[in-house]
Amino acid sequence: MSAPSPRRGAARPASLRPDLALVSDQIAAGSRVLDLGCGQGDLLRSLMDAKDCTGTGVEIDPDAVLGAIRRGVPVIERDITSVLDDLADRSYDVVVLSRTLQTMLQPATVLAGMARVGERLVVSVPNFGYYRNRFRLLLGRMPMSKEIPYSWYETPNLRFTTLADLEDLFDRLGLRIERRFTYTETGRRLRMYGRLSNWAAGAAVYVLCPIDAGRTRA
Amino acid sequence: MTSPVTPTADVMAGSVGLVETETVRLFTAAQPLVLVSGATLGPVDVAYETYGRLNADRSNAVFICHALTGDAHAAGWHAGDRHPGWWDNLIGPGRPLDTDRFFVVCANLLGGCQGTTGPSSPHPETGRAYGLDFPLLEVADFVTVHRALLAHLGIERLLAVLGGSLGGMQALQWSLDHPEDLANALIVAASSRLTAQNIAFSAVARRAIMSDRQFRDGQYAAEGTMPAVGLAIARMMAHITYLSEDAFTAKFGRTSQFETRRRGFGIDFAVESYLDHQGTTFLERFDALSYLYLTRVMDYFDPFARPDALAAVEQRPVNHLVLSFDSDWRFSTDHALRITRRLEQARLPVTFREISSAFGHDSFLLADPVYHATLRAFLDRALEVGT
Repeated sequence: MSAPSPRRGAARPASLRPDLALVSDQIAAGSRVLDLGCGQGDLLRSLMDAKDCTGTGVEIDPDAVLGAIRRGVPVIERDITSVLDDLADRSYDVVVLSRTLQTMLQPATVLAGMARVGERLVVSVPNFGYYRNRFRLLLGRMPMSKEIPYSWYETPNLRFTTLADLEDLFDRLGLRIERRFTYTETGRRLRMYGRLSNWAAGAAVYVLCPIDAGRTRA
Repeated sequence: MTSPVTPTADVMAGSVGLVETETVRLFTAAQPLVLVSGATLGPVDVAYETYGRLNADRSNAVFICHALTGDAHAAGWHAGDRHPGWWDNLIGPGRPLDTDRFFVVCANLLGGCQGTTGPSSPHPETGRAYGLDFPLLEVADFVTVHRALLAHLGIERLLAVLGGSLGGMQALQWSLDHPEDLANALIVAASSRLTAQNIAFSAVARRAIMSDRQFRDGQYAAEGTMPAVGLAIARMMAHITYLSEDAFTAKFGRTSQFETRRRGFGIDFAVESYLDHQGTTFLERFDALSYLYLTRVMDYFDPFARPDALAAVEQRPVNHLVLSFDSDWRFSTDHALRITRRLEQARLPVTFREISSAFGHDSFLLADPVYHATLRAFLDRALEVGT
């Protein structure tokens, strides 16, 4: 897979969190965007203001929902799976899932739902296969890092995956990887290809395209 | 319990203060109101109240649509009243619908009985009440009359339309039919289509009224009677549907009405006394014919049934806020989700929240902190963006 440098969007507010800024760069102006786990709606607000996008956020944290409402971001306060079930096929140009997949009880179901609803998916995940996590495990300790900052007994993360395992799932679900951006733990972009990044990356952002809209998925 | 005197300054803190209902004739016999059904009605008088000030560019107006048994008196105090308007906790200086910033309009519904023309108003030809000769209405007819009132007030475009229950239905209809009139629609504890169970409750209420021998085919006023028993029963039953089971349990449990329980068929339990009181006080403020006509409007409400229902608002998007309450079993969250789904599928901006509240359908009238914070956030944003 090639990893070209990201397209720099013409307008991008400096205030956007770096990983969201990268997500924003992957979204064409005028797109209709579904942001699953939208928080206070930072990404959508920015896309609506700077790129003339429309869209809907989905969030279950009550304070974040209120924040999104105050910013004029349309938000549905419901769990992601229920919302996806209600949405029509191909009704969004882009479906975004930022650092949320690992908190889903049924990540494959969520990805399949996203693939049905969106023309394109943007998914960001922490990498359980990051070398520091592997060392922690070798030392007999559960991985903790900047990307995975929780103790095992209080983590909201339910499903840990390495990039390699995740890409296997994408393949099984018929999701073609259009682009992949990988980062070190400090947020620095990695310029490396193939499976080496499964060792070196603390997190990754994928742009995915469903291969065949009609194909039955898991 | 507040005393039955003109409220003191203390009671009125944060309130819009003393207000009066005004009445205006918006349609006449010569220039009648044309209903969706094609029937005409005139004259039509409308009772309304306003709070706050319309700003210079007329961009801060919010229209409040009331529910089945509401009226134009949404906020503030009428001289001599023991209670403020029905949505006083929401409307006033510093309140979510801040009258220092918003201009608020509330009108009694067409078909109502609190100053706006309804089935108990005099028929212009006979001088007697219309009774059952009053035409059947639709929610869109309410909107037509609201729009005429706005024209009278010189307001071309609303910042928002806000309503709960039947009021939410009007906000939805308005957004679908005349999106050019409003920037935001706030639809609370409402439905876009009643269920069989909803209609069934209404049917029993209407049967209670119409089977009352004092109903006299709707001409009770002329005959000097009143279907008090039927109307009270209708209200008692409806009131059960407005509260949750938990709310009844918390409020009354199985408490006896009297210290020594006298078993019989009178009022043994506190909840019976409460319902009896609800039924009786309702007679003082509501009319049986209005109850028939307005509940029937709700039964038939189904705006998304029209194939082109969303065509207009798709062309001119309105921001929607759809709220439900988790303990509301009259219009459960499923109703709100249906509205949300339809609007979202039309690619309209729609925000949905289910508010947690123990008090059932009536929660929309209460000052739940999350509920009010949500309305405040949405309205503050609306004002920032403008009309």
